[in-house]
Amino acid sequence: MAVTHESCAGMGGIRGAGDLVFRMELQGYKINDAKKYVAEKLNCPVEYLADCAEMKDIRESLNISTTQPRPDAAVGIQAKFRIAEILGIPVNSVELFKKQAGF
Amino acid sequence: MANILTRYGDNYIAELSEEDIRADIDDGTADAADRAQIPELTKDEKDYLFEIIADPQKIVSVERGKEVVVSFDAGTLKLTVRNGISMDRSAAILTQERALASDSIELCHVDYSYKPIKPIIAEERQAMEQAQLLSVLPVLYGAMPNMGLYTKPDGPCDNWSELLPAGRIPEARAAQEEAIEHAIKDIVFVASNMIESGADGINFDTVGASGDADVKASLEAVRILKEKYPTTGFEVGMAGEFNLGMHGQLEFDGEIIAGLYPHQQVKMAERAGVSIFGMAVNTNSSESLAWNLARVTTFAKAAVKAASIPVHANVGMGVGGIPLSVIPSCDAVSRVDKALVEIAGVDGL
Repeated sequence: MAVTHESCAGMGGIRGAGDLVFRMELQGYKINDAKKYVAEKLNCPVEYLADCAEMKDIRESLNISTTQPRPDAAVGIQAKFRIAEILGIPVNSVELFKKQAGF
Repeated sequence: MANILTRYGDNYIAELSEEDIRADIDDGTADAADRAQIPELTKDEKDYLFEIIADPQKIVSVERGKEVVVSFDAGTLKLTVRNGISMDRSAAILTQERALASDSIELCHVDYSYKPIKPIIAEERQAMEQAQLLSVLPVLYGAMPNMGLYTKPDGPCDNWSELLPAGRIPEARAAQEEAIEHAIKDIVFVASNMIESGADGINFDTVGASGDADVKASLEAVRILKEKYPTTGFEVGMAGEFNLGMHGQLEFDGEIIAGLYPHQQVKMAERAGVSIFGMAVNTNSSESLAWNLARVTTFAKAAVKAASIPVHANVGMGVGGIPLSVIPSCDAVSRVDKALVEIAGVDGL
């Protein structure tokens, strides 16, 4: 059922920009405002956000990870450091990493 | 026009005429409007809903550009427990992220209530910290307030479900008020620990399952947590379309909790500091998909219109118009998604 929801109506998670838009909904942004905010931060049209072709290029250029990790590219917490900076919001796990690593 | 293949709320296929489907749409939207005192769907919306239901394609989808994000309850229970796949929760999270393309996910324990998490909080924190190192998508922590766990013999409070049938209403109310205090403490304790371990948000699932006391405990906990962690998101998913008045007199911010429908529930949630509101409308398995979907879309449209925060429609098994089955049909699921996004305008699923 989760696959049907994502295929029929979802934004594709890190295939697209679904993770980024969701982070803005957690900040209280409604869907269209969240999409607009993310598109502005990524410097791309809103229409690109659920398009895996465009978002693959954008995510790779910003080094914020895709569904298929590559050598010499950010994964996991490394990508979230960049995401927090790009979106301009605190990410709890990034703050925890800084604390535990003694940054 | 030949009969149309559709389904009933029990998930089984039915062949209905156009007239029957249109009549069910009329009845479903009228039922929601009458119960919640909200507007029915317009004629254009009812016509579009008929088109969605009658579409000959097996699977339908939202129009390009209208996609929304997806959140989860029982997040890491789905693959590892319900599907019985031998993997740990971190692997389940990465599977959701990299194979199933989920927009978010939730880490949770198999005993999916806040109270039983307390004794294993260190292990849950470790699981969250490990998962956060590996994943990119937002990982929430979630559980149910589940007020029933605070009644004897499992908990310290008298059981209001036994007191109420005996006519001992003051004692039943006192027991619920006592349970609220215990629940708030437990929720704040667990949620604070998980946020300190890097959770991107906290999910309150099936809020109101034990009635208005359950709602009050959850919203009071959100208020405390939001003040403590102002940049963290809190998602509250309801148990049903109507707050049951097991107590009947409980208030939040001076407003009676019992009896509220989704368009009123969301306003109360906003005042508590909730970031995402999950509205739930129960599916009637004896009625058609058309009846159920018209009904839930009517509730959802009013909730979205009233809300200034994102509204996610709960579309799991047996809620939100999804058939009441552990294996709901993809044709029905896709029609529910399209109607709720394109007619009701929900912000997520």
